[in-house]
Amino acid sequence: MPKYDAIIIGGGHNGLVCAAYLARAGKKVLVLERRERVGGAAMTEEVFPGFRFSVFSYVVSLLRPEIIRDLELPRHGLHILPLESTITPLDNGDYLGQWNDHDQNRRELARHSLRDAEAYDEFGLMLHQMARAIKPMLAMAPPDPAALSFGELTAMNRLAEHFRALGAKRFHMLHKLLTMSSADFLDEWFESEVLKATKSASGIIGTLLGPRSPGTAYVLLHHYMGELDGVFRAWGFAKGGNGAVSGAIAGAAQAAGAEIRTGATVAQVLVKGSRAIGVVLEGGEEIRASLVVSGADPRRTFLGLVGEKHLPDEFVESIRRFRFRGASAKVNLALGELPNFTCLPGRGPHLRGAISISPSVEYLERAYDEAKYGEISRRPYMDIVIPSMIDPAMAPPGKHVMSIFVQYAPYHLNGGWTDARREALGDAVVDTLAQYAPNLKGAILHRQVVTPADIERIVGLAEGNIFQGELSLQQMFFLRPAPAWARYRTPLSGLYQCGAGTHPGGGVMGASGRNAAHAILRAG
Amino acid sequence: MLMTTPFHERTSALCASHAWRRWAGYLVASSYELSHEREYHAIRSAAALFDVSPLYKYLVRGKEAARLLDHVATRNIRNLQVGQVAYTPWCDAAGKVLDDGTIARLDEATFRVTAAEPNLRWLEENARGLDASIEDVSESIAALSLQGPASRAILDDIDLKYFRLKDAKLGGIPVTVSRTGYTGDLGYEIWMEKKSALTVWDALIEVGTPRGMTPAGMLALDVARIEAGLMLIDVDYVPARKAFIEAQTSSPYELDLAWAVDLKKERFVGREALAAEAARAPQWRFVGIEIEWESLERLYAEVGLATRVPGAAWRTSVPIYAGAEQAGYASSGGWSPLLKKYIALAHLRAAHAAPGTQLEIEITVEHQRKRANARVVKKPFFDPERKRA
Repeated sequence: MPKYDAIIIGGGHNGLVCAAYLARAGKKVLVLERRERVGGAAMTEEVFPGFRFSVFSYVVSLLRPEIIRDLELPRHGLHILPLESTITPLDNGDYLGQWNDHDQNRRELARHSLRDAEAYDEFGLMLHQMARAIKPMLAMAPPDPAALSFGELTAMNRLAEHFRALGAKRFHMLHKLLTMSSADFLDEWFESEVLKATKSASGIIGTLLGPRSPGTAYVLLHHYMGELDGVFRAWGFAKGGNGAVSGAIAGAAQAAGAEIRTGATVAQVLVKGSRAIGVVLEGGEEIRASLVVSGADPRRTFLGLVGEKHLPDEFVESIRRFRFRGASAKVNLALGELPNFTCLPGRGPHLRGAISISPSVEYLERAYDEAKYGEISRRPYMDIVIPSMIDPAMAPPGKHVMSIFVQYAPYHLNGGWTDARREALGDAVVDTLAQYAPNLKGAILHRQVVTPADIERIVGLAEGNIFQGELSLQQMFFLRPAPAWARYRTPLSGLYQCGAGTHPGGGVMGASGRNAAHAILRAG
Repeated sequence: MLMTTPFHERTSALCASHAWRRWAGYLVASSYELSHEREYHAIRSAAALFDVSPLYKYLVRGKEAARLLDHVATRNIRNLQVGQVAYTPWCDAAGKVLDDGTIARLDEATFRVTAAEPNLRWLEENARGLDASIEDVSESIAALSLQGPASRAILDDIDLKYFRLKDAKLGGIPVTVSRTGYTGDLGYEIWMEKKSALTVWDALIEVGTPRGMTPAGMLALDVARIEAGLMLIDVDYVPARKAFIEAQTSSPYELDLAWAVDLKKERFVGREALAAEAARAPQWRFVGIEIEWESLERLYAEVGLATRVPGAAWRTSVPIYAGAEQAGYASSGGWSPLLKKYIALAHLRAAHAAPGTQLEIEITVEHQRKRANARVVKKPFFDPERKRA
């Protein structure tokens, strides 16, 4: 008898979620993490003395509430604090604010367009309905419409029933969301350029696509999903940074009896016949288990750890074609003082929310154009938060940390990533932002630039894609990561996947980890 | 920040209660005095002055302005005479109510629309291809509502019929006065440029105070509008635009507004759906409910308490039963200090909605859910002759 029921490869948040659920169901679980600490891309690090950063992923919006409840994460230290607003500074010294308070928000939108102020609520209601329409698919293992088994057909029928129940109007809207570009979709609702740009930005996050690329409207919805379930202030910041999310999940897993080993790099999945029977660590240690569950991305899992020779050709082809194309970077700044925005001078409530550098759809599309041809955006899209404004413990008193999510920084950069190119990206980010907050440059005490190549090297995410594979329609639902293998199982018996490279995808949701655990437990 | 109305300088100085509430993004007084009681009684015995500036207001102009509004509203607007005002709901294509308000014909080609919700986009969408322009004057036009039996005298015995309007002067300022309101009493609404607001306010206070007029807030208004059987958007019905599910929407028929739907009009938004509904009779009715005092008294006596009634109007959904079956729900209600009755506005399935039907309403007595006897009655609960006279 092997010592473990299940080995989880990778202590990222999904691996930990899967481990926690399995352990709570009485399984003997071992999590193997290559790095010295768990968390994967959801981790907090003191990069500069006294300044703590969510180095990679930096906000919480999609983490499934049922995971927070099931695993009692607040008991293990999770506290998600609200992000209250988004402001978008403009070149003419004005700005667009989106506020939590309905009246305040309406009044601000009306400053830009009375019509948009009125359309805004209807747009919100529509997205809510669309998110509701999609949501059952997030919680279920996606059925394969091409399979003819009774179970698959029943599941497809249930899904068809669900879509029929939406009614024609909503079904048509859903179709538009699934096929249109976010810019085109938003054009149907709004006229204000800055509002459209800022909204469309959530359609391009993590993906090498521009706001005018078809399919991006769906990503917009994907990011809206967090606002369901009566979670009023859905966008949040985890106290202690995103490492606190992983930390809480790890705590829950350990409390349930899971064992976590860090500094343990899996070199290979042991395969006997068509069955996974354990893993081999770098250094040669063999660990056997009834099940192996990989939280690594599909490329690393199948082409790296398992090896093509153990897998069907067609499947290998699918995994090879699975697109990553990381497009995002992070710039983390330690600041001696707060940025002073020309459009909203001083220390206002806007600094407790997000700051979006997305003045127009054209700005975003041009940023994409450069990346499309393998260059860094000279004037990038940025999503900025100042975590120390929400959780002062992130920086020494009176000082601040700023997290800047940057797009586009293509993984496949012409000539490849070098230290010089990394710093050039950092300069482009700081220069662009300093146009809106002139004191920024003088306030910087330390700068950390994380390119897609760095993300791949440090966290292990292929091509630095933050979602373990692009969230584009051709690799979602029953196609994620490969046709016929979207239900957490793999062509090898005893081998499961639980990372964001499976349905429903990334965004610190934890849904893949939870769904995988359920699939494993159902299979017995 | 919340917006303040053009009268804020005056109203904030008077607001001893410091009780404010939001209305369409503005700050308005819930009551000026510590209790709203005297303000309520002023409505029915003398006069009350309300700041109703937060209403949404639109000026619709053009050769086809009448055509546009006739197309949007369920009532006939083409026949509206200059100087006439019509209360009307308007619907979406499915015949579900989007909003309700008034349409006043200022001259042959100019109308003023008042609404509870923003409607600029809706009006503009329907105006495509028509010679009609829409101007949002919500912020530039200030409005006061002067309600109560003394209101006519305060306006210098103005000669104005029910639901008519005309130009007048107050404190030397040109204003428009309409004989409209939300209290079901004799009353007027006064429309003016924002810049003249304080002058008009001061003039009314000067003339009105000796006649018992008092500034009044939303708590007093809420009691009066329930007595008048007037529904409130977001409280008594969910506008179709905000409904998450179809069951939350209401047709005009379901809101007791059949009289305001003119199916003889050839075309208007929602006509087909409304014609179909009229043919099969609506499933829901919006009615008045009177909760029997004796029954209340008995429930309280059982636990050794004297009967209690709410001090202010409530606006929560309360189940109403016909035997074991739930017949519907009350959406707002309260104690009528004038009628000495506990009344409520309720949505009932048509089968239980005939006046005189005996029902039961849920009531919580000492933390326990009980049922009190209630009876369907005709709206309005209070309908003084002076309202129209």
